[in-house]
Amino acid sequence: MKLTLRVWRQQNADADGAMSTYEVDGISSDMSFLEMLDTLNEELILRGEDPVAFDHDCREGICGACSLVINGDAHGPERTTTCQLHMRSFKDGDTIDVEPWRASAFPVIKDLVVDRTAFDRIIQAGGYITAPTGAAPEAHATPVPKPDADLAFEHAECIGCGACVAACPNGAAMLFTSAKVNHLNVLPQGAPERETRVLDMVAQMDEEGFGGCTLAGECATACPKGIPLVSITSMNKEWLRATRKVAKQR
Amino acid sequence: MYMALATRTDRRPSIARTVWDSSVGKKTVMAVSGVIMLLYLVAHMIGNLKIYFGAGEFNAYGHWLRTVGEPFMHYEWTLWLIRVVLVVAVVAHAVSAYQLSRRDIRARPSKYVHKKPRASYATRTMRWGGIILGLFIVWHVLDLTTGTVHPGGFQEGHPYQNVVDTFSTWYGNVIYIVAMLALGLHIRHGFWSAAQTLGVGSRTRDRALKTVAGVLALLLTAGFIAVPVGVMTGVVS
Repeated sequence: MKLTLRVWRQQNADADGAMSTYEVDGISSDMSFLEMLDTLNEELILRGEDPVAFDHDCREGICGACSLVINGDAHGPERTTTCQLHMRSFKDGDTIDVEPWRASAFPVIKDLVVDRTAFDRIIQAGGYITAPTGAAPEAHATPVPKPDADLAFEHAECIGCGACVAACPNGAAMLFTSAKVNHLNVLPQGAPERETRVLDMVAQMDEEGFGGCTLAGECATACPKGIPLVSITSMNKEWLRATRKVAKQR
Repeated sequence: MYMALATRTDRRPSIARTVWDSSVGKKTVMAVSGVIMLLYLVAHMIGNLKIYFGAGEFNAYGHWLRTVGEPFMHYEWTLWLIRVVLVVAVVAHAVSAYQLSRRDIRARPSKYVHKKPRASYATRTMRWGGIILGLFIVWHVLDLTTGTVHPGGFQEGHPYQNVVDTFSTWYGNVIYIVAMLALGLHIRHGFWSAAQTLGVGSRTRDRALKTVAGVLALLLTAGFIAVPVGVMTGVVS
């Protein structure tokens, strides 16, 4: 396959960026999107040019490192991560636009790499349980009803890639935050911090400069792990419950 | 050895502060004020349809609105109470929307080069639709409540004639019908969104909520537009 790539190039966080056009040839339809970019980078290095910087790690669709907006879609046309997107989703002669996640809370570091530490700070605000850890406890020590376990698992699937923020017209992190809140709030292990977790994580989310939810639903469509939009509704419910409960305790 | 866990000793801010400072809280303000306005609109639309039963019934209904609650309430007290609640709801809704929109725009300063049409028409037009509705409310009150911009002689206590006068002008019809179409779109996304914000939406209730939102939007738009259509076709004159 022969392709025309239009890639966002930006030297550093302070520099102005622009789309640069590259031609790549000899692309196999079995290549992943990242392997295609590797091919481009090898050529760029041989030509003595600066290779395109992009995030990647496991290339198995489970780490959440890869982060490209391809032809306007976070992670591209298939519902998966960029590393699991294959070139068979494109046609010979296609022009493909590749851009970084765009949100003021995710500033560009270089080219297609953005700083997602805002997500880490949201997790630090409450995405944990304060039980003393040590050796793994006996599995049946704390019974969890099957529907609750399933719900927690569905939310635990979130890999924190940030596609929800990239796809949201408001650059909101509601789907990410709701996945993390619900994951622990439905479990007995997460119960002691049920109220503070949602209040603190939502407050941190606001502080990081993410936008608000207008329920456009773009986040859930883009999510490679299928976190549903109703997850946001559940978090809103938890937030309202926590606000009432904390107010009563004063 | 366990590290001592930090104990929260700082006081949490008041419930009003928490709600107003949070994006989720401000959405709650929007949802609650929106539901108040929606309930009012249902009553308003049903009242408006009395215009099809003649000047006598319509004007008597207008008079009754001022005497509701008597003798406990004085003349017009109930009406003013409703007006105050509505003004508070409109202002709370608009201020929250303005502040949330500013936050949203700041959160996405640079746009994607590769643009795609996103979300439904109703979702994309919430902000412009809201501005149209805000301007409409100002005109509507100046036209049919205070009579300031009313075409022809505004007569206090003769709402039937006043309505006929307004919808005998081309611009009265255009402004009203455009605003009511915007209202329908606004309610379609707004009602369902309010349910999500207030946490009453769920997987099983989603289809029902979307249907109710669509039906409400359609009924209100059709019910309100029926009045100018009645005047234009001569059924109401």
